[in-house]
Amino acid sequence: MNHPLAESYFRMDKLPHIWCPGCSHGIIMASIARAIDRLGLDKDNVCIVSGIGCSSRAPGYMDFNTLHTTHGRALAFATGVKLANPKLEVIVISGDGDLSAIGGNHLIHAARRNIGLTTICFNNNIYGMTGGQYSPTTPTGDKATTAPYGNIDKPFDITKLAIGAGATYAAKVTAFHVTQMDKYIESAIAHKGFSLVEAIAVCPTYYGRKNRKGSAVEMMTWLKDHYIDFKVAEKLPPEKREGKELMGEFINVDAPEYTALYDALIDRLKD
Amino acid sequence: MIKFLQGNEACVEGALMAGMRFYSGYPITPSTEIAELSAERLPKVGGKFIQMEDEISGIAAAIGASLTGKKAMTATSGPGFSLKQENIGYAALAEVPLVIVNVQRGGPSTGLPTSPGQGDVMQARWGTHGDHPIICLTPDSVTETFYLTIRAFNLAEKYRVPVILLTDEITGHMREKIDIPDPSEIEIYNRKRPETGDVYHPYGVEPGEIVPRMADFGSGFRYHVTGLMHDETGFPSNSTENARKLMDRLMAKTVTYRDDIIDYEALYTEDADWLILAYGGMSRSARAAVKVLRQKGHSVGLFRPISLWPFPEEALSALAGKVKGILVTELNYGQIKLEVERIACGRCPVEFLGRGNGEVITPEMLIETFEEVAK
Ligand SMILES: Cc1ncc(C[n+]2csc(CCOP(=O)(O)OP(=O)(O)O)c2C)c(N)n1
Ligand code: SF4
Repeated sequence: MNHPLAESYFRMDKLPHIWCPGCSHGIIMASIARAIDRLGLDKDNVCIVSGIGCSSRAPGYMDFNTLHTTHGRALAFATGVKLANPKLEVIVISGDGDLSAIGGNHLIHAARRNIGLTTICFNNNIYGMTGGQYSPTTPTGDKATTAPYGNIDKPFDITKLAIGAGATYAAKVTAFHVTQMDKYIESAIAHKGFSLVEAIAVCPTYYGRKNRKGSAVEMMTWLKDHYIDFKVAEKLPPEKREGKELMGEFINVDAPEYTALYDALIDRLKD
Repeated sequence: MIKFLQGNEACVEGALMAGMRFYSGYPITPSTEIAELSAERLPKVGGKFIQMEDEISGIAAAIGASLTGKKAMTATSGPGFSLKQENIGYAALAEVPLVIVNVQRGGPSTGLPTSPGQGDVMQARWGTHGDHPIICLTPDSVTETFYLTIRAFNLAEKYRVPVILLTDEITGHMREKIDIPDPSEIEIYNRKRPETGDVYHPYGVEPGEIVPRMADFGSGFRYHVTGLMHDETGFPSNSTENARKLMDRLMAKTVTYRDDIIDYEALYTEDADWLILAYGGMSRSARAAVKVLRQKGHSVGLFRPISLWPFPEEALSALAGKVKGILVTELNYGQIKLEVERIACGRCPVEFLGRGNGEVITPEMLIETFEEVAK
């Protein structure tokens, strides 16, 4: 028997998905569906937009208005959808490469405008679809097919980048911390303004194998052991904080949303 | 209503009359007035304008808007046109109606930002990768810019093809008198939408119809749009048989319906034994030259493609079989000349006068060249 959530929000005839065993993209996709369900959104009014990449294949499985665009441009297409029809709840699914390399310019500008888009970044620290090249979030020293001697680049912190650019909601979470992920994605969708949830994901096939990170289970365990909420971390003594990665809801503030400002402009010009 | 407008302004007037309700783009000379006037006018009619962060997002946002049912346009010039190419292919494959204006300037790269050029005519046809259908219209006056912009929207809606309005610095910046008609006099075509309750195949064509019906995002038909090869349901398909069916259908659009799309002007061609072929801003010099040459006793006609793609091939071919020669003149190194040579197919000589340095070819220059080649 299929799960009722799957029956309601997924295109069952399109499943199973293309992702590798152990890939965490499915966990994040399911979390988005649960958030939509809890918010009680009308499926006809939800639009899911993605770029190109393994992660960007998710919309094809999801039973909404779905738009699979070009590499890096999901936020740009989504900006058009949202501005043209602000009634739509527009959710963007984007990989770390899609969002912060080729699409980095659109990320900072969507955040700056505070346009009411929810971006869920599936950050697996690698280019999965093209076979394991380094991305802007591959840690320094790690290996990739295009960094055979170890990556000399410095990685982006996508959450900080979005906050710096003006995002009014931003949270980081991992594929292991599903309860928090559900909560953050729900808050991000409900948020009026630009919101981002950076979901740290695992790609056992390329990132894992190249960097001897072990099986998918071992990679997930690593996430469990290393990520702690920044609020918890603040209370820890320095020796216990060492080597930990921070997650949590980093910003959640109200500010005028772009499409609402434009609609107000239209009203103002009426008289 | 009589007005005195720039070509770029006439383009916006035409777009609004055609029903444009969304504009997204990035400023670039000599197209910027199109963005500026759209920014002023659109919110007054309940439409939306957004200045995006670059030309790539300019076209991407316009495609997104079109999918919600709004008529959308983006305008640019050379460098920006290059940036838009990938998503022009997306619109062609995903069949999203869209108007892209390219006010051509001179040269490759940054080139000559304030001078006219016609070096993007082949890019307009083949700029994006892969085979794809495209419609490209090129006006030679302010009034024609107005009407061709309306036509561009109508064709985009009717055939679900991105339509390129290819103007140039000459027609874009020149001011002329224009009689703006009452909207009731203008024929407007709106995309066909599925009816509520229909079983909806977003990429399946109903019997007797031209293209698939297009549902607005948010209207109750939850469907998938992708730039991957897809089947009638809209979902990706790797089948070569399916890809062939889709590509054949897309590529046939501008062939099967060419009589509806193709447009050209033939002036004094009936008795002509020579033709001057020009298009867009350059045809203004050509027209003047033809008139002088006629007065001087030459039986010369003007052939002016108005739709560059598809090219008025049959009409030109018929003339090529009758005349002694064709003089092609364009502001590039001979891009359309190649097309004319292909069509003439050795039946008459094809002579050429071109420039790619931002200079306009004057009627005098054309007359001189004509008298040399048509001796
Ligand atoms: C313009 C363009 N450049 C490059 C590619 C090739 N490409 C496809 S997906 C991808 C990277 C995907 O990585 P990411 O966005 O991190 O997603 P993942 O596959 O890891 O989920 C690249 C480089 C493309 N499709 N288009
Ligand atoms: S390659 Fe990596 S990201 Fe892509 S499906 Fe496989 S595990 Fe997931």
